[in-house]
Amino acid sequence: MSSEPQFFDQPGGVVGKPLVRVEGREKVTGKAKYSAEFPLPGLTYGVLATSTIAKGKIQNIDTTAAAREPGVIAVLTHQNLPKLAKTPNDAAGKKDIGAPMGFLPMTSDEIFYSAQPVAMVVADTLDHAIHAATLVKVTYQAEKPIASFHDSRAELFNPAKVQDGKEDGHKRRGDAKSAFASAPIQLTATYTHPVYNHNPMEPGSTTAHWEAPDRLTVYESTQGVTRTQSSLVAMLGMPREQVRVITKYIGGGFGCKGSTWPHTILTIQAAKAVGRPVKLMLTRKQMFTSMGHREDQSQTVQLGATADGKLTALIHTKVSTTSPWDNYAESNSKIIDLLYATPTFEASYEMARANVMTSTFMRAPGEAPGSFALECSMDDLAARLGVDPIEIRLRNYADHDYSTGQPWSSKSLKQCYARGAELFGWSKRNPKAGATRDGRYLVGMGMASASYPVHNSQGSARARLYADGHAVVQSGATDLGTGTYTVMTQVAADSLGLPMDKVRFELGDTNLPTAPNSGGSVAAGTVSSSVYLAVQDVWQKLIKVAVADKKSPLYKAKPEDVTAEKGRLFLKKDASKGEAFGDLMKRAELTDVEGMAQGKYGPGYESGHSASPAGPGNNTESASAHSMHSFGAHFCEVRVDMDLGTVRVSKWVSVIGAGRILNSQTARSQIIGGAIFGIGSVLMEATERDANYSRYTNADLANYHVPVNADIPDMTVEFVEENDPYINAMGVKGIGEISMVGVAAAVANAVFHATGKRLRDLPLTPDKVMMAGLAS
Amino acid sequence: MNNFAYTQAASTKEAATAAQADKQAAFISGGTSLIDLMKSNIEQHTLLIDLNKLSLLGIENSAAGLRIGALERMSDVGEHPQVVQNYPVVSQALLASASPQLRNMASMGGNLLQRTRCGYFRDTAFPCNKRVPGSGCPAQTGDNRTLAILGGSPSCIATHASDLAVSLVALEAKLTIESPKGQPRTVPLADFYKLPGSTPHIENHLAPGEVITAITIPAAAHARRSHYLKVRDRASYAYALVSAAVGLDVQGGTIRSARVALGGVGTVPWRVPAVEQALVGKSATEDTFRAAAALAVRDASPREHNKFKLELAQRTIVRALLEVAA
Repeated sequence: MSSEPQFFDQPGGVVGKPLVRVEGREKVTGKAKYSAEFPLPGLTYGVLATSTIAKGKIQNIDTTAAAREPGVIAVLTHQNLPKLAKTPNDAAGKKDIGAPMGFLPMTSDEIFYSAQPVAMVVADTLDHAIHAATLVKVTYQAEKPIASFHDSRAELFNPAKVQDGKEDGHKRRGDAKSAFASAPIQLTATYTHPVYNHNPMEPGSTTAHWEAPDRLTVYESTQGVTRTQSSLVAMLGMPREQVRVITKYIGGGFGCKGSTWPHTILTIQAAKAVGRPVKLMLTRKQMFTSMGHREDQSQTVQLGATADGKLTALIHTKVSTTSPWDNYAESNSKIIDLLYATPTFEASYEMARANVMTSTFMRAPGEAPGSFALECSMDDLAARLGVDPIEIRLRNYADHDYSTGQPWSSKSLKQCYARGAELFGWSKRNPKAGATRDGRYLVGMGMASASYPVHNSQGSARARLYADGHAVVQSGATDLGTGTYTVMTQVAADSLGLPMDKVRFELGDTNLPTAPNSGGSVAAGTVSSSVYLAVQDVWQKLIKVAVADKKSPLYKAKPEDVTAEKGRLFLKKDASKGEAFGDLMKRAELTDVEGMAQGKYGPGYESGHSASPAGPGNNTESASAHSMHSFGAHFCEVRVDMDLGTVRVSKWVSVIGAGRILNSQTARSQIIGGAIFGIGSVLMEATERDANYSRYTNADLANYHVPVNADIPDMTVEFVEENDPYINAMGVKGIGEISMVGVAAAVANAVFHATGKRLRDLPLTPDKVMMAGLAS
Repeated sequence: MNNFAYTQAASTKEAATAAQADKQAAFISGGTSLIDLMKSNIEQHTLLIDLNKLSLLGIENSAAGLRIGALERMSDVGEHPQVVQNYPVVSQALLASASPQLRNMASMGGNLLQRTRCGYFRDTAFPCNKRVPGSGCPAQTGDNRTLAILGGSPSCIATHASDLAVSLVALEAKLTIESPKGQPRTVPLADFYKLPGSTPHIENHLAPGEVITAITIPAAAHARRSHYLKVRDRASYAYALVSAAVGLDVQGGTIRSARVALGGVGTVPWRVPAVEQALVGKSATEDTFRAAAALAVRDASPREHNKFKLELAQRTIVRALLEVAA
């Protein structure tokens, strides 16, 4: 209990406050250095040439014309690129590297997917490299590719594991098939999703600098410097201390920068080959084929319920496209298993290999599409029974996690429903679908639930407090652009009792204490906890000094009787007995004191609440005995022009319960960003893959549509206050993903309510909406 | 992008002479389309001749009509009070195009010469008869949701991407074209564009060295009462799935004259005279509009994924006509 940081909520604290970003000025003045902005002496520029076919073999690569161009230093291909100690091309190598894809291009003459890198030109200027790359002439022995699981030649199989081996390919809880067969209400529906690409504003980039044969520094656009370092160490066969990865700023990642993709190691090898630093930045077009995507998929939900709408069975099957080497499918079934009080459940996965690169996690992997299928089916159930969509969810409210049988560590979903309904004006909703009109527009209101797990994670931080009253706090975390710099400065400032401008927070460097990837919503909770605990380590060190110092009011006190708050050390029982850290440090001639700690997040965290030893009948208080999730509810109003098929979101409310919110302004922005991400996925986003060539036909931001300002209304975001003692020292759940879970369903449910038409084939572009009206 | 030379032309004659001397030369004004094409290696020019020094400016309204210099920027024309008032369809088409940043740069003449957004044309890894004559057209059996249902051929179904051109074709605009020798000639915009046929790489009747210097639009009652409606995948900054440029002259409830053209459905900006004829003399009612709009797609030949345009084109015409009749 003692480790719970209650004092954050006291007056004068900055944690939770709506503060502007500490790095905002750096960003808007261009001083913030993104990974492709580090000038190095002798820097050269790498540009990839990529395959024009999706399957076959390279017959010949003629690099003479490219090599002849002015400024060209090298043209690297599979024939002359330095060899690696280890590649992901076999299962053991892939595992050791932690590679997202079991194949590294430019290690053989084989072509497995379109736009696969076949050569890298290195030149003295970017312009020279770009042009020379177009002069690399490749001849192929082409074969007809398979483009997706829809292809008549595709062979479907059931993988034992999905999501890169992390989830079972088949799950069963009770006898869902029998329960479904005997259910009074049976609903079956199939939902289809296109390929999505993450498309962060900042493309992937690598600047590789071999400072010596045994010293490599890589400036990388990555969501995790340590994870990147681990992959590089494995591939290069170098000791960890010889490889440094730096990422000071990131222009978004959404999952595509969560792993080390081929362009990174190819750039490093190119730099080794030319003996100069090489910078490579992927083009927007290459972003569609270089850092993964969300796979194209089809999912079928069979929902069995009693006549009054209580679920008796959920059966989920998913079919998706994967690469020639890997069994990657995001695990949609997790959320379907646990969101409601479902007594029986079954999930299975099918996939087919096609000539595409391996898909990867993309914001709310599994939860995003899974919630779409489940929450549309729940909406169907509500409509079928004539019950309000919130009421149907309350009837199936899970008072514990049915997928594991565990109690929730905390859950505020009911409050989210109630507050969201109030903010949105849900009570004005006409129960009848297709019955609300405003001029030419059909108006609809829809909602959906959201949940996202608190994954297991840990990370370290270091805090150095100076006697003059400033501090430097460090953790090798990354800031995706969502506010890590800011919220960690806030946490450090309150923990130290210092004003924010006296605290500098540093991140994004493998020379700093190890932190996890910024992904899976773990960063805020893990890093804030480690920062908080590192400061506690500082206080413990100073308390030891104080109790041994004859001149201290705390002399001879027991260290466990002393605590620290707002920069002052004092007796717990008598706050008047104590002194400020500055006085103590100056007297003791300590210029600075350093603390270090590891923060745990999720099931691995054992708080004061779990002090009693785990054992039969005694483990209910253990953190790991709890199911840990954030929850939320999204509410959407749409206006549909049924004649022309256009859908516009006209009102939005998200209410989220995600533990402690570290900064209500950056958190609000993050929820808005996630909701817009979800609105894009349901209404307009799709990467189109040609079925004959297995090559994308809209790989640019003119034709891969993400929402523009005109697509988005004012959005309302609120957080439910939630105090969860089980998840980590700071009680922070994280909000990176929950912001978009359920969003697509809320929009589609609003479209259904507006039009009376259920659309299940994403995205809901005007052609589909208009044709649905025609089908009536 | 290849290396290229750059020169500024001081007169149309100088521009034309420079262009005739180098078959790989291109004129550049705003560059919003050309530079993209060069960066994507779709066009390789050895010389860019900058036209921006030429005095091809001016937006002049008279009783006869509107004359717009070819180098006027899209945003300036779209926001010009005379255009907004007397030729609303042109203003609306311009302001529904691209983004403010692009409209501030892009010239009127350049807009009319922009090339298709067909994904197969825009990626040099694909065959494309428009880009490499004789190489094939994967769009016929590929991703053709956004492509043409009118004016296509087995060689090409690429959609013409200009919104402006649709509005100008509806209003029977003419281009003034200057060549190095002889008098400037005048060409109706509708005759300027070529259907793809078996030569989709030849898109218009502009000879090497010729420069579009002005656009003229005849004044008409149906121009004053006109509207541009663009249906697209998002609210802004997207190409048309279907668009309609319409103008009506209604007197005493009866349609005296009508102009209707479609965008997003044709390989060229697609005027539909049959629809116009079916409107004239009728009362301006939704029933009239529906019956007339059905004639718009009589000759359409959709592919697998763009059949919806048959219906959407009619509805877009009807909605646009309702707007101007209201």
